[in-house]
Amino acid sequence: MFYREAGDFKTSYADDSQTFPIKFDRWRYYVVLAVAFGVIPLVVNDYWASSVLVPFLIYAIAAIGLNILTGYCGQVSLGTGGFMAVGAYACYKLMTAFPDINIVFHVLGAGLITAGVGVLFGLPSLRIKGFYLAVATLAAQFFLVWLFNKVPWFYNYSASGQINAAERTVLGVPVTGPNTEAWAQYMICLVFLFAVAWVARNLTRGTVGRSWMAIRDMDIAAEIIGVNPLKAKLTAFAVSSFFVGIAGALFFSVYLGAVEVGEAFGIQKSFLVLFMIIIGGLGSIFGSLAGAAFLVLLPVFLKNLLVGGLGWATDLAAHVELMIVGALIVVFLIVEPHGLAQLWRVGKEKLRLWPFPH
Amino acid sequence: MNDMSQGYTTADGRKIGGTLMEMKNITLRFGGVVAIKDISFDIREGEIRAIIGPNGAGKSSMLNVISGFYIPTEGEVWFRGERRPQMKPYQVAQQGIARTFQNIALFKGMSTLDNIMTGRMTMMKTGMAAQALWWGRAQREEDEHREKVEKIIDFLEIQHIRKTPVGRLPYGLQKRVELGRALAAEPKLLLLDEPMAGMNVEEKEDMSRFILDVNDEFGTTIALIEHDMGVVMDLSDRVVVMDYGKKIGDGTPDEVRNNQDVIDAYLGVSHD
Ligand SMILES: Nc1ncnc2c1ncn2[C@@H]1O[C@H](COP(=O)(O)OP(=O)(O)OP(=O)(O)O)[C@@H](O)[C@H]1O
Ligand SMILES: [Mg+2]
Repeated sequence: MFYREAGDFKTSYADDSQTFPIKFDRWRYYVVLAVAFGVIPLVVNDYWASSVLVPFLIYAIAAIGLNILTGYCGQVSLGTGGFMAVGAYACYKLMTAFPDINIVFHVLGAGLITAGVGVLFGLPSLRIKGFYLAVATLAAQFFLVWLFNKVPWFYNYSASGQINAAERTVLGVPVTGPNTEAWAQYMICLVFLFAVAWVARNLTRGTVGRSWMAIRDMDIAAEIIGVNPLKAKLTAFAVSSFFVGIAGALFFSVYLGAVEVGEAFGIQKSFLVLFMIIIGGLGSIFGSLAGAAFLVLLPVFLKNLLVGGLGWATDLAAHVELMIVGALIVVFLIVEPHGLAQLWRVGKEKLRLWPFPH
Repeated sequence: MNDMSQGYTTADGRKIGGTLMEMKNITLRFGGVVAIKDISFDIREGEIRAIIGPNGAGKSSMLNVISGFYIPTEGEVWFRGERRPQMKPYQVAQQGIARTFQNIALFKGMSTLDNIMTGRMTMMKTGMAAQALWWGRAQREEDEHREKVEKIIDFLEIQHIRKTPVGRLPYGLQKRVELGRALAAEPKLLLLDEPMAGMNVEEKEDMSRFILDVNDEFGTTIALIEHDMGVVMDLSDRVVVMDYGKKIGDGTPDEVRNNQDVIDAYLGVSHD
């Protein structure tokens, strides 16, 4: 009964277009923020940080990035892993070249460099669409991984061919390197996710976002009514890659600490993030978070249930996981292309009218 | 026919100005198909200009030439006294030409409000950085445009579907939203490709009223394609008649109605 629009009158257009127009949603949002920033850092342990929370936060950033490009602008990309690798290697190069500068700037710089690379690989999208564009981004994926493997400059000629993150601090607290505590890892990723989600929300509700969606829904009509397709597509590639690059940089520096490119940023990473936005919801920021949470939690949950609870073999559980994800992708694509986010919306819609459905 | 180059006054007393757009000897070929054959006509400031003709006559192709989507094989397009160089469709839109489509071309995943807001794309000035932070200018610009868009929503009487994704709307309302999106651009010249196709009588009456009001209240020049002769005769000041890519008549509704070539084309007299 409390979930209502009634009595919640809007007196200005700004009020009406805010992110959470319903008071109850707004409060829930504040509560979530308070828990995320105020409670979890106090209670988080290594296990939760490294197997659930930190990967969730980082994948959520990547998923928002891909969702901008694919969900909002309609340009399918299979190159997410490759672009994450660009972010990781850019971050590594910046960290080693400018060791005195704060890691936050390295991560942002890595995002900017990835944005540039993304725009470069986005140029073909002005000519090709759909399947052909997907293949072109797939080529980018393989090319980038090959590049970081083959050119020793990128890993500073290290014997192992790996890149390693040395200790870096933010406000005196280590956030990379072996001395990093779980809460610090969690916190820096959370701050980045919050900023990324907020910027993504702002961009998608205004002019730029509408130009992306117009291109997605009907590119010819969009151009005829005044959308510059070149600008729309390339800004989508830039913003998307910026976020994906940040995700890659954090994945390397904060989460893994040491990276071998083919292993960390292979094609399976591209698919994982793509599945996150399909399951979570194309064209939805919330969906990106939901999809990331779902696909990070699912293997943890299955492992605990099947291996820990029922005593199955680990590889069998892994196969079951693959089958479940595959089935879900098919189901979502056919039944609910807007993913978990849409299920959530429909649920709320029902609640809004409850208990009088007419 | 009297000389109208300096404008004229219509039967119902509206003042029609000088030439806004002039098509000079336009020819458009697709490989072997000649969609438009050496057609010239003008559109005057403030008038409602109809383009009629049987199926496949080349009417939509003509609108596509005007909106820059097709590049004519031969001929010149003059707009506001200047010859228009070759431009991209979005640049044509920036010049103040908006349109609707024969097959509705709305952005299906977006709400009515967002569709109409997108119509104002050419007027949006804030850069990406300001939008990313949603500070000052970006928020202010959004609100200003929203206010204009709300006026259009009121005008078209579609307040109730403001937040509905347009893909879920019935056909007639989609047509109306599409008109709204074009109006949002505050165009100098509004192109309507069969705005009433597939509508019932009542919907047609509504749409006719909207078109007349737009022309009357905002002084918007309108070029429209329509098959319903009754509607054409009621709405338009002057009519171009096309058949097989050629212009076979041009004048007031009464003039074209009595033109023998036009009568033949509509009665299906053989072409040889
Ligand atoms: N892109 C294109 N490629 C090839 N031929 C085309 C193209 N566009 C139009 N045509 C041809 O040009 C001719 C005129 O088509 P157009 O769509 O302009 O006719 P119309 O007068 O709008 O007809 P209708 O009343 O059916 O809408 C047709 O023969 C059509 O097949
Ligand atoms: Mg047509």
